[in-house]
Amino acid sequence: MSQINTAKLKASNRQAGRKIGGTVAIFIFLTVLGLFMAMPIYLTVIMSIKPVEELFIFPPKLYAVRPTLDNFRDMFEVLHQNRVPFSRYVFNSIFVTLTVTLCQCVFASMAAFVLAKCKFPGSRLLNHIIVIALLYQSNVIYIMQYMVMAKLRMIDTYAALILPSIASPMGLFLMRQSISQVPDSMIEAAKVDGAGYFRICWQIVMPNQKPALMTLIIFAFQAAWNIQTGALVFQEQYKTLPTVVTQAASSGMARAGIAMAAAVFMLIPPIIVFMIAQKQVIETMAHSGIKE
Amino acid sequence: MAQNNTEKKSSSLWRSIKQNKACYAMLAPFMIFFIVFTVVPVVMSLPMGFTDFNMAQPPKYVGLSNYTTLFLSDKIFIRSIRVTLVFALFTGPISYILCFLLAWLINELHPKLKTVFTLIFYAPSMANVYTVWQLIFSGDMNGYLNSFLINLGLINSPVQWLTDGRYVLGVTIVVQLWISLGAGFLALRAGFQNIDRTMYEAGAIEGIRTRWQELIYIVIPSMGSQLMFAAVMQIVSSFTAGTVAQNLVGFPSTDYKAHTIMTHAYDYGWVRYEMGYASAICMILFVVMYALNRLISKLLSKYMD
Repeated sequence: MSQINTAKLKASNRQAGRKIGGTVAIFIFLTVLGLFMAMPIYLTVIMSIKPVEELFIFPPKLYAVRPTLDNFRDMFEVLHQNRVPFSRYVFNSIFVTLTVTLCQCVFASMAAFVLAKCKFPGSRLLNHIIVIALLYQSNVIYIMQYMVMAKLRMIDTYAALILPSIASPMGLFLMRQSISQVPDSMIEAAKVDGAGYFRICWQIVMPNQKPALMTLIIFAFQAAWNIQTGALVFQEQYKTLPTVVTQAASSGMARAGIAMAAAVFMLIPPIIVFMIAQKQVIETMAHSGIKE
Repeated sequence: MAQNNTEKKSSSLWRSIKQNKACYAMLAPFMIFFIVFTVVPVVMSLPMGFTDFNMAQPPKYVGLSNYTTLFLSDKIFIRSIRVTLVFALFTGPISYILCFLLAWLINELHPKLKTVFTLIFYAPSMANVYTVWQLIFSGDMNGYLNSFLINLGLINSPVQWLTDGRYVLGVTIVVQLWISLGAGFLALRAGFQNIDRTMYEAGAIEGIRTRWQELIYIVIPSMGSQLMFAAVMQIVSSFTAGTVAQNLVGFPSTDYKAHTIMTHAYDYGWVRYEMGYASAICMILFVVMYALNRLISKLLSKYMD
């Protein structure tokens, strides 16, 4: 008995028992690689606050001598020249992004639970189809999708921006892979207790799926935030931020400053969502659902 | 008798469908959108590879001629296969290993540092910063890389990174690697975070002492699903890459040195409006990716058992 206790004590000191040198080495390795990885984004941020005359001097500097927000001001000025008020684009983007993210997460979680844990006629086929959908990248799909949307009279409405993004095979695949690790005995136990599939999914399985769900939120938000309106809507009032910001920034190198400001501006919301969601992921301490 | 059997079979199938109606109900919301916006377009696009379709006129059936042209007389396609294979061979395995290695190393750090490092490595795949890469690799002395190398005395005159046929593929591979710590990486991070703590405790009782032992005996065997997810994502992103090259080294790139299969499909689909031909190209790519996916899932499931 006491032997087991000491062993448990040792196990709980797992992190402490590690060689500190190894952790430091890991930290240094990641920092060096991280600096290299962060360089282009750092440069983007720096260039977005450089005045125009500093953008093309030799040798290029790794910092801004006289930082300014002129590029951001110019970007917003260009955006304000549109017929529709800027707030309308912000509303469109937020509305589209939140709807897509919410529906994607809820629908994908439920479907993933069923595909991972239930055996029913067609389950194997459906699992297979999801992977095929992930791998099939024909560039004709978008035309066909457009034809479907045109048939459903969705062009030039919010529906054209929202509905096609709701069912993401990637999101379903991610959740299915994660849920398949839940022990079957946990679900059987819940069944014995009389819980239906819907309750098992939301009250027993999903609370243990925080890391995967938060990861899905990051993907879904990021993809939805960057939805380009393209040929889906023509009326100015339905356009989203990425579309108008790209328009504002797309005049070659002369507007390089604005392009940098636009890139930084569009990156802020996904990064905020990322930070919140990752914090949740990291706080998760998984415990086995089955306790004696 | 036989008829009786099939009747019995179909009635038992019907019964089992009825028994599982909760399953179908929970699948329905996803499946409705999936069928309308993915399955229907995919099924409609499947036969396009056997047609001549320019989007203005209805598609015309041409049999296998798209495929025979591709393999027998389209020299640029043959070249694009080579480019794609080189590209995928470099970016696929390297970034898969990087995804796993970095996700694991980050997991060894303090929780506060975990968020920061995960963000640093993931951010490139969120950002759309080709402009900055163009400035870094810019061919004049103002390019960051050129001015850096000139200052160090490694080169005397600026290198045309983006237009010199010798460098375009290399540059594209570097940038692709830079943005490739995406979905797979985050899924693996989540997988690490979801490993049951009691497994580590049990491992410690059984005599696991070092990080390496822990990685090999506890972590990898319980991360099969995430490893599979990351593999599929990696296959897709390394074989269908094309946007990086198009945005960076121009389209078409010098001597078609960075011309991937996907770029070729883009060329025919969206520049020349030969959708039938473009579909045939995509179909070949799909077959290759599907075969590779089967192979990897076989390998992984063997390893997991």
